[in-house]
Amino acid sequence: MENTENTVLAIGTKKGLWLARSNNRTDWSLQGPFFTTLEVPSVAIDTRGGRTRVFAGVNDWHWGPTVVHSDDLGANWSESEQGAVKFPADTDTALGRVWHIRPDTAERPDVIWAGCEPISIFKSTDGGENFTLNRGLWDHPHRSEWGAGFGGAAAHSIVPNAADSNIIHVAMSTGGVYRTNDGGDSWEPKNKGIGADFFPDPEPEFGQCVHRITADAQNPDRLYAQNHGGVYRTDNAGDQWVSIAGGLPADFGFVFLAHPRTAGTVWTIPLKGAEERNPVGGRLSVYRSKDAGESWEEQHEGLPEPDYNAVLRDAAAVDDHPDSVGVYFGTRGGEVFASNDEGEHFVTVASRLPDVLSIRAAVVVGV
Amino acid sequence: MHAIIIEVPSVLATTLGGNRKLEAHIPTGASIGSLLDDLGEAYPLFARRVRDERGQVRRFVNIFIDHDNIRALQGLDTVLLPGSTVMIMQSVAGG
Repeated sequence: MENTENTVLAIGTKKGLWLARSNNRTDWSLQGPFFTTLEVPSVAIDTRGGRTRVFAGVNDWHWGPTVVHSDDLGANWSESEQGAVKFPADTDTALGRVWHIRPDTAERPDVIWAGCEPISIFKSTDGGENFTLNRGLWDHPHRSEWGAGFGGAAAHSIVPNAADSNIIHVAMSTGGVYRTNDGGDSWEPKNKGIGADFFPDPEPEFGQCVHRITADAQNPDRLYAQNHGGVYRTDNAGDQWVSIAGGLPADFGFVFLAHPRTAGTVWTIPLKGAEERNPVGGRLSVYRSKDAGESWEEQHEGLPEPDYNAVLRDAAAVDDHPDSVGVYFGTRGGEVFASNDEGEHFVTVASRLPDVLSIRAAVVVGV
Repeated sequence: MHAIIIEVPSVLATTLGGNRKLEAHIPTGASIGSLLDDLGEAYPLFARRVRDERGQVRRFVNIFIDHDNIRALQGLDTVLLPGSTVMIMQSVAGG
């Protein structure tokens, strides 16, 4: 049952940020654009610690990248004068883009992570005011061999372990999945079983172009990966990955979502192959599994057809609605879709926006 | 010491105390780099917009001294002469 809670959707696009709000997740009001003409490749809505803070990684092609946040749903935005995310002087490196903003678990309300280009992760322990470069990953001996995907070279997925703050998984393009067991001091590649069909060695130790990883709702050792060719699951924190692509119309894609509470329930949006990168046959669909990828069901009701627009890495999200989790995504054609029943039916939130790059959703009480 | 003028586009004015035009007094022989360093002390957000963490002028930012792009001069080492006008502009880029 819907109530006075509002669901807020942050929509980052190639030219600006929009916020959408709804009290039934069917009828949406759109606010924006904020940061008109600026690229917004990452957004986050942090509802921990008794406040709602909206983050945006904003990229100004002239004046550089930055991270801004708003504590009043977009009425005012602020940023650190010194730059929330910046490389230390000794690295002789400049921030290229903030690809991913990830609030840590509810038990660590002041911790926020940022995945950045060039390949790096940053950690904030003050709620996102200031971030510090993770030196363990930055100084990794594999760094010189990591590459760039078409969109650049970045760490784009950060998955803190809900049970143990020392364990974190990171995925990068290209480089693959890395895990730390010591809070980020050291990192090991965890790509066994993940393919890389663009290398002579189809299963290298590292170098894979993993597009997204996410953790299962209940089992922190179970993670899922949408790869550049391949969909995978690990049940042992990345020590071994197995294919779960059977039953999907294609094994390429960028997004992967996990239910926030129900074990084994996940979603992906398949795209046809690395060459085409659009919905298979022009049929834009979400695929849901309720058994950790052993089987898949298509979810298509309410989605347009045909649609030949891709859904990019950060442009999909679930909310945390207590009754029925919402599923959201946006396309490079500037359309945004929402489902308030875990993907059974979709409605259109917005159309004809610039290319959608990032989406996050959250239930916000009392606004 | 001598005076020079700094002019910035409107989009940068908020980072420079609301000013689009500013007069600064600098030591004789000071470079554009040292001027930006000094401005960065007072206006860190302005400094971050113009230069990256390495101190390099951002790729799509142009700095002109009396109509000459510093990239065609001595870059950030270019010396500012008395009465010079420094214009900071965004280049033609986008899509």
